[in-house]
Amino acid sequence: MFRLALKMLVGDRGKYALLVSGLTFSTMLMAQAMCLFCGIMSWTVSSVRNIRASVWVSDPMVEQVNDNKPLRSSDLSRVRSVPGVAWAAPLYQGAQQARLAGGDIKGITLVGLDSATLAGAPGRILAGRLEDLRLPNTVIIDEFAVERFSEATGRAFGIGDVFEINDREARVVGICRAERSFTGGPYIFTQYERALDYAPAQRKMLSFILVGAAPGYSADEVAAAITAATGLRGWSESALIWSTLDWYIANTGIPINIGLLVVVGFVVGIVFSAQTFYAFVLDNLRNLAALKAMGLTARLLVPMLLLQAITVGSIGYGFGMLLTSSFGFFTLGYGRIAYLMPWQVPVVAGAAVLSICVFSALLGITKVVRTEPAIVFR
Amino acid sequence: MIPAASTPSPGTAISVRGVVKYVGEGDARFQVLKGADFTALRGEMMFLVGPSGCGKTTLLSLIAGTLAADAGELNVFGQDLRRLGSDRLAAFRARHVGFVFQQFNLIPSITVAENVSVPLLIRGLAPRAAEARAREMLARVGLADRADTRPGKLSGGQQQRVAIARGLVHEPDLLLCDEPTAALDRDNGQQVMRLMRDVARDPARCVIVVTHDNRTYGYADRMAEMEDGRILRVLENQADIRAHHAAAG
Ligand SMILES: Nc1ncnc2c1ncn2[C@@H]1O[C@H](COP(=O)(O)OP(=O)(O)OP(=O)(O)O)[C@@H](O)[C@H]1O
Ligand SMILES: [Mg+2]
Repeated sequence: MFRLALKMLVGDRGKYALLVSGLTFSTMLMAQAMCLFCGIMSWTVSSVRNIRASVWVSDPMVEQVNDNKPLRSSDLSRVRSVPGVAWAAPLYQGAQQARLAGGDIKGITLVGLDSATLAGAPGRILAGRLEDLRLPNTVIIDEFAVERFSEATGRAFGIGDVFEINDREARVVGICRAERSFTGGPYIFTQYERALDYAPAQRKMLSFILVGAAPGYSADEVAAAITAATGLRGWSESALIWSTLDWYIANTGIPINIGLLVVVGFVVGIVFSAQTFYAFVLDNLRNLAALKAMGLTARLLVPMLLLQAITVGSIGYGFGMLLTSSFGFFTLGYGRIAYLMPWQVPVVAGAAVLSICVFSALLGITKVVRTEPAIVFR
Repeated sequence: MIPAASTPSPGTAISVRGVVKYVGEGDARFQVLKGADFTALRGEMMFLVGPSGCGKTTLLSLIAGTLAADAGELNVFGQDLRRLGSDRLAAFRARHVGFVFQQFNLIPSITVAENVSVPLLIRGLAPRAAEARAREMLARVGLADRADTRPGKLSGGQQQRVAIARGLVHEPDLLLCDEPTAALDRDNGQQVMRLMRDVARDPARCVIVVTHDNRTYGYADRMAEMEDGRILRVLENQADIRAHHAAAG
């Protein structure tokens, strides 16, 4: 009977195509929106990912990594004296502007690393050497900066090239890989003291303190110990990521706007597939009633209809995810659109499509179960 | 005291006593069957005739167990249908009853052989075995060569022959036909009725044919005449049938 159920479904080509394309579209809307959301959210924490340290220390009022409430220089030695702290290094992070040879000005995210340890340095240097940051007036720029600066100067920008940050010279000695920042400025790494030179002077300029945990201490333990001992705020890397994500979810319109897109996709899926499936059931009502007259019970009829609904759902879902991921593949290559597909996206989209299908099937099932088999005689 | 009629004799296939059926709700509620009595035997082809709206289809539905009676006795092959729940009724139909509908009701998106195999699939037979038996049955109604086409490609008469094959493939004790020739022209109607007489009719089986079509009356073994929710009289043989229905062929 299940084979026949599938044949009945596929045999009605028009409705079959309509159901599959509706569910494809709905899957795509939902998955695209979720990928966009994850992409934007990943941008908000790119600093934590690009500047690598297991423990971060901030002003107690700081809630997320892009927040700027600088510490006093003296806080560094207070942190160093907390048990469990193996080392502590200063970090500068700020939005600045780069002036290129042609006069073009580009926004950047300037990061100053402790010159002795280079703690927090980018994980992947694609060209040049990290140690060259110890030379005078040197910076390491990310691939995105290479792209932007090349566009602005009209030639391939790279190692040995020079630009200015607040009228001071910056010479490129390396190119690194970094994730995109939320503000859109490429990451430029330099030494801490030089970053203070580049940036306009302010009373306090120590954005964060990066800390390494001593052997035998977990990042969470060290972070908690720092918070308790200094009155500053210690964060493990993951705590800072989650707090940042929470902050953007609570304080920006991003989740609502994108959530709305997901809801639209879901509603489109429900309305479209439920309606089409219901029409499919209505079209076949006489035949389904004939089957009931011939002795087919709900015990078999219900799984048959569920199978039909879930089949179109799976196919639509497959197409939808295929389109979504190929879209992601092409835009990622392009690198300009926030787009990230963690495993949760296909799972959530799959669950949503499944619930759409089960709902649609239930509508049809209610109709069929309520239909008197005697109608076939009329 | 139990009335004698409630214990059917061995040859009795169907025994209906004083059956009452209301349809509709509220003001629209009205009595379709007003105490119908009816008996049909194994081995016979029993016609049920009467003016439109007199309750023939309703009575057939009660005998099929697809509608529930409001009062009276309804005994089919020794089973008191009014005591069976809907699942047991469905199982009863799957096992004992075959159907031929006026509108054929073949599933358009599957082949003729698959359509014929449906009653066997409902009874849980494996698809291969079911289809093999369906093909044998199609051969008996003269449509072996059309087994792999879609029903929509066949003429009305051929479709009804497919429906007869489907109604008989599981060898039911009871074949219920509601206006099997109403959608067909004269020749196709005659062909379908011949098939009924030659293939469906069987010493162990009871065939009930509800019809309007007096051109088919010649195929009846007996005929029950219905009017306004009651069985008016039963004509016991062709001579009586001819006497009452001049047009009978
Ligand atoms: N579910 C229902 N709701 C309302 N009225 C009904 C229902 N079922 C049957 N009827 C009415 O009951 C009467 C008898 O119906 P039935 O179908 O049994 O007649 P019939 O003898 O088969 O007629 P026909 O020869 O036209 O098929 C008709 O007037 C019909 O309109
Ligand atoms: Mg009728």
